[in-house]
Amino acid sequence: MASITSSYPHTVAPPSRRNFTPFWFLLPALLVTAAVVLVPVLQTFWLSLHDYLLYAPDDTRFIGLGNFRAILGDEVFWISLGHSFIWIVGVVGLQFLLGLGTALLLNQSFWWRSLARSLVIIPWALPSVIIGLMWTWMYDFNVGVINDALLRFGVIETPIAWLANPSTALYAIMFALIWQGFPFFAVTILAGLQTVPQELYEAAEIDGATPRQQLFSITLPSIADVIATALLLRTIWVANSLDVILVMTGGGPGYDTHTLPLYAFIRAYTGMEFGYGAALALILTFLLMAVVWAYVRRASRDLSR
Amino acid sequence: MIERRSYTRRLIEVEIPILLIVVFAIAPYVWMILTSIKPQAELAVFPVQYLPKNATLDHYRDLIARTSFAGSLFNSLVIATGAVVLGLGVAVPAAYAFSRFRFRARTGLMTGFLVINMFPIVLLIIPLFLMMRNLGLIDTYLGVIIGHSTFSIPFAIWMLTSYFNAIPKDLDEAAMIDGATRMETIRLVVLPLILPGLITAGIYIFITSWNEYLFAMMLSGQAVRTVTVALQLFIGEFTVQWGLLTAGGTLIALPVTLLFLVVQKRLVGGLTAGAVKS
Repeated sequence: MASITSSYPHTVAPPSRRNFTPFWFLLPALLVTAAVVLVPVLQTFWLSLHDYLLYAPDDTRFIGLGNFRAILGDEVFWISLGHSFIWIVGVVGLQFLLGLGTALLLNQSFWWRSLARSLVIIPWALPSVIIGLMWTWMYDFNVGVINDALLRFGVIETPIAWLANPSTALYAIMFALIWQGFPFFAVTILAGLQTVPQELYEAAEIDGATPRQQLFSITLPSIADVIATALLLRTIWVANSLDVILVMTGGGPGYDTHTLPLYAFIRAYTGMEFGYGAALALILTFLLMAVVWAYVRRASRDLSR
Repeated sequence: MIERRSYTRRLIEVEIPILLIVVFAIAPYVWMILTSIKPQAELAVFPVQYLPKNATLDHYRDLIARTSFAGSLFNSLVIATGAVVLGLGVAVPAAYAFSRFRFRARTGLMTGFLVINMFPIVLLIIPLFLMMRNLGLIDTYLGVIIGHSTFSIPFAIWMLTSYFNAIPKDLDEAAMIDGATRMETIRLVVLPLILPGLITAGIYIFITSWNEYLFAMMLSGQAVRTVTVALQLFIGEFTVQWGLLTAGGTLIALPVTLLFLVVQKRLVGGLTAGAVKS
């Protein structure tokens, strides 16, 4: 094997030679993607400029930026936007901190480390409907295990209706999502930690650095790149995610657990106002554009190699 | 560094905290399984009874006998398998092209496929519903499978490109110099080497399609209802019958958990798409 593996793995073909072979290989993917992604996205633009009701498609009329103007004056939009902000900062922030802590611990050596790693990752594999189901059951007002445990330990004196109470509903769902997503940070950061050269720590020990100094001067700077990419990617996912909320509260009580993608979905699905829903979806996309751009730039940095 | 630390210190500083995290991570899952094997009488008591006194599989029997859950399991199996076939079928040639050729649009196209995965689902789901309705594909296997390809194709292309890149290009070149055509080279040299990567990508597509809820809910009706949609409908229908609901949840979660444990080590690199270079 070694005899035919040269040290130049990617020899670049002369650019002058026009070669259509790659496009034949790409054709199926390009066709399918154009049909299921490109066309729908263009249609979303079209829909957003129209007053389109699913039950009365023949009455569709062009209203220009009318939907967007209506959204700016829509109180629920601003409520949802505010919740989305709390949602993203709270969920991504705590997932990251918990994931970082888990990764630092899993990077130590102990005999059941690989078992612990496999078990910690499990929440991440579960479907959102199951996550919603598990947590709705645990948050149950009458016979839920969370109220039970908190009462036993004396943290609360009367049971709390976690998902029906306006002041706790959003945070209760956020907690379920933090639980589901922290393993992503844990495994990504752990993989980054394992690339940090051991010699750096040995040198620091000799120079008398405390574990705390080692964390802030060696570990965190070495994995800053991994952390940044994981944070961007996760922000995009969490910002877009609506299914756990949909399963757990459907956006209620009132508008107390509405986030932007959920509101867009509800207007389109329940209200059948596809034009308005499309405009909301586009606003979400534009708001996320900066994060997506930052992530894509990082991820495609090595493409031309 | 680690050797010098005493055993008790390691126990307090590492093993106990990580044990707590592991308990936190799996407790809801364990709780779901425990609930599913407790008889109804033990579920309605407060303070909560933690361990089942008379463990039973009645909820599972009820679920299969009284509801259409078994049919939904089959639907999910068909749709997830279809998503794997369609996803790999178009992603393998595309990833091969991105890995083996250098052409002008390459970086732009690969970036495009990455951006697609970042789109909010609500952005796609509204027009896709209209499109499927016009094509008469609502409530068909094909409709849901196509819906799932919106995320499986871009992901599979990125993951497989990195697997193809790991196979030295000189291997194909040597085969072609020896007189093999490009197709023979792919079939006899490249594909056998990339097989583990293909399996990982296939399993990942299967898991995401099996777990998916929003597309399945919008694009399926009674005929091809998937397990996630069926379970969500049960939550509305049988609110107080948590034994039945958690039995359904367990039946959905167990297969994907097992599949996930098989591929998890290989997945991490692909998921962050180059975030972690090892």
